[in-house]
Amino acid sequence: MAAEVGGDSGAPKKGKKKGKARKPRKRPRIDMTPMVDLGFLLLTFFVLTTTMSTPNTMPVVVPPKITEKDEVEPPKIAEGKVITLLVGRGKVYYYTGIEKPELHQTDFSPQGGVRRVLLQRRQEVAARYGNPDEMIVIIKMLDEAQYKDFVDILDEMNIIQQRKYALVDITKEEAEMVEEYKKQIKSS
Amino acid sequence: MSKFKAKKQNIAIDMTPMVDLAFLLITFFMLTVKFRAPEAVEVDLPSSIADTPLPAQDILMISVSGDGRIFFGVDSKHVRLSILEKIKERYGYSFSEEEMHIFSILPEIGVPFEQLKGYLVLREDERKAIDKRTSIPVDSANNQLKQWILFARYSNPKLRIVIRADERAPYPVIARIIETLKEQKVHRFNLITTFEARPQKVS
Repeated sequence: MAAEVGGDSGAPKKGKKKGKARKPRKRPRIDMTPMVDLGFLLLTFFVLTTTMSTPNTMPVVVPPKITEKDEVEPPKIAEGKVITLLVGRGKVYYYTGIEKPELHQTDFSPQGGVRRVLLQRRQEVAARYGNPDEMIVIIKMLDEAQYKDFVDILDEMNIIQQRKYALVDITKEEAEMVEEYKKQIKSS
Repeated sequence: MSKFKAKKQNIAIDMTPMVDLAFLLITFFMLTVKFRAPEAVEVDLPSSIADTPLPAQDILMISVSGDGRIFFGVDSKHVRLSILEKIKERYGYSFSEEEMHIFSILPEIGVPFEQLKGYLVLREDERKAIDKRTSIPVDSANNQLKQWILFARYSNPKLRIVIRADERAPYPVIARIIETLKEQKVHRFNLITTFEARPQKVS
């Protein structure tokens, strides 16, 4: 086609003469490689973005609020089954039982952190009540805590498959107890 | 050397079927991909071992920024518009057609009701600047988050509530949100986290 057009403008007679000697027609071949490259690039992009952008969710169940007009009392629990965790920023203060609590400190490290404390308590509960699932964890968040600490502690519950846990508001006494404990650690 | 040596031929593989397939897949992924809507707050999610994917629809999302500011969002345009209707009824504001349209396409809102009208008439970049300092009030005296949730659940009772908070968000803000949810008898909700591998030894 291109040759004919060129011939039209310059010397039409010559063009016609040349046309006599016919070359065998070649099928035009388009090099598809760049297109394929681009295609696969896009394909990879979309494959990766679709699988990466699915956020996960962690279900949380909180106990209903018990007000004075409700005729239910807060459930009573045996002292020996309980462990209370007071969660601060990156730190967990814990005590067992209910009467005359003695605070200890731990953190979220995978070895020797709060997980080990909980597993130990489970064994104690199992020795006493025959079933480690009897253990009850009470989680109280200190005001200094961040959202990360909250997710971390709930995550620990999921990791050790602790079903019985409750998120409870912290009392003033407990917050003071933690402050006191921190001072003690600093001075010693 | 021989006269009858076969002519060397360029090997050409017909790539057409492969290309067809590649473009078919591209089309598929392009159509199915759902880009995350640009969110009003940047959030660094904490990680957990939770692996339940977020449901695709009927989401009521409460976002909390790293400095503890609260944003509210629902995923459906329809619900957003009926929330705006409720706000009009309840607080006696009026919104123009244009303002309603802007409200319906905003994924998240983080301004008090009083500032909402002023917020909607702004340009996009001005809105972004405002998003950096406002929050939905949650004080017990003026708990507007409660109103937002109420309006949203009234429009779509099936809404599932998720909290999407920055890992540095102060806990007292989260506690206020949980308290607000409890007041409305919502005791089951979800926290959005990124996935982290489950630790190997749990004994």
